[in-house]
Amino acid sequence: MLYPIRGRRNDPFALMRSMMHDLESSGVWPSTSRVTFPAVNVWQGPDAIAVTAELPGIEADNVEISVKGNVLTVSGERKAPAIPEGARWHRNERGYGKFSRAIRLPFAATDDKVEARMINGVLRIVVSRPEETKPRRIDVKAA
Amino acid sequence: MTGDITQATEKTPTDAPETRTGGRIYRPLTDIVETDQGVSMMLELPGVGPDHVEITLENRVLTVRGKVEQTQPDNLQLAYAEYGEGDFERAFSLSEDFDPDRIEAEMRNGVLTLTLPRSAETQPRRIAVRGA
Repeated sequence: MLYPIRGRRNDPFALMRSMMHDLESSGVWPSTSRVTFPAVNVWQGPDAIAVTAELPGIEADNVEISVKGNVLTVSGERKAPAIPEGARWHRNERGYGKFSRAIRLPFAATDDKVEARMINGVLRIVVSRPEETKPRRIDVKAA
Repeated sequence: MTGDITQATEKTPTDAPETRTGGRIYRPLTDIVETDQGVSMMLELPGVGPDHVEITLENRVLTVRGKVEQTQPDNLQLAYAEYGEGDFERAFSLSEDFDPDRIEAEMRNGVLTLTLPRSAETQPRRIAVRGA
C-alpha cells in the first residue's frame, strides 16, 4: 500500500498519521474515538458499581439499559433535530443515530439491582452488588 | 461492537488555560444551522445545569461558558475513565446583523439551543418603483 504524504511535506508525522488513519478505518485496529459511543466512566465501590456516560440531547425515554449476567448494555438513539426546509448547515460537529455499548461488570447482576438516572444529559447507572457475589471474609481459627 | 452513530469529533480540550481549581476546559461540540429568519446553534454541554450557563455578547463575540457539576457517585472511586469532566467554553464571532436583544437560549438535556434572529434592518427589503 502506498502512503502519499497528506498535508505539509516537512511534517515528519504526516506519514505516521496517514498510516494510523488507514489502520483505524480498516477496522483491524481498535479505535477508541470512532467506534465506541458513548464514552463511559466506571466507578467502583465495595457495594456497587456506577457507569456514567455523556449523552447530551438524548431524552431519557430513548435510552435502553439492560443487564444480563455480568454484561450491562446501554443502547439508544439520538434523533437529528428538526430542521426547516431550505436551511443551510454551517457546522455539524455533533453525531446522530443509533448507538449501543456493552460493558462487562465484575459481578453478575439482575435488572432489579440497576438504577439509572439522566441529569442534564449525563446518564448515571448504579448497579448494586448482589449479596451472594460479595467477597466473604473467612475467619481463621486458632488451633 | 456497533458504531452506527456518526461520531464526528472527540471531546476536545480548549487552548484556554485551566480553571482556578485545576480542571480542564472543554470545547462544546456545536451544530450551526441557518434559516431565512436567522441562525440557530446547538451546543453540547453535558453535565451543565440551566443555571450554570453564562452567555455573553460583547463586541460581536458571543461567548458561552458552562460550569459542570461533578458526577462522582457517593462512596465510589473512579476505576476506568474514557472521558474527562470539566467546564465548557467556546466563543463565536457574529456578523453584525443580529439583534442582541432578541437572542434566545434554551437548555435541555445538556444541549444549549441558541436562536439568533436577524435584525429587522437586514431582512431583505423590497423597494417599490413608482411610475412617473
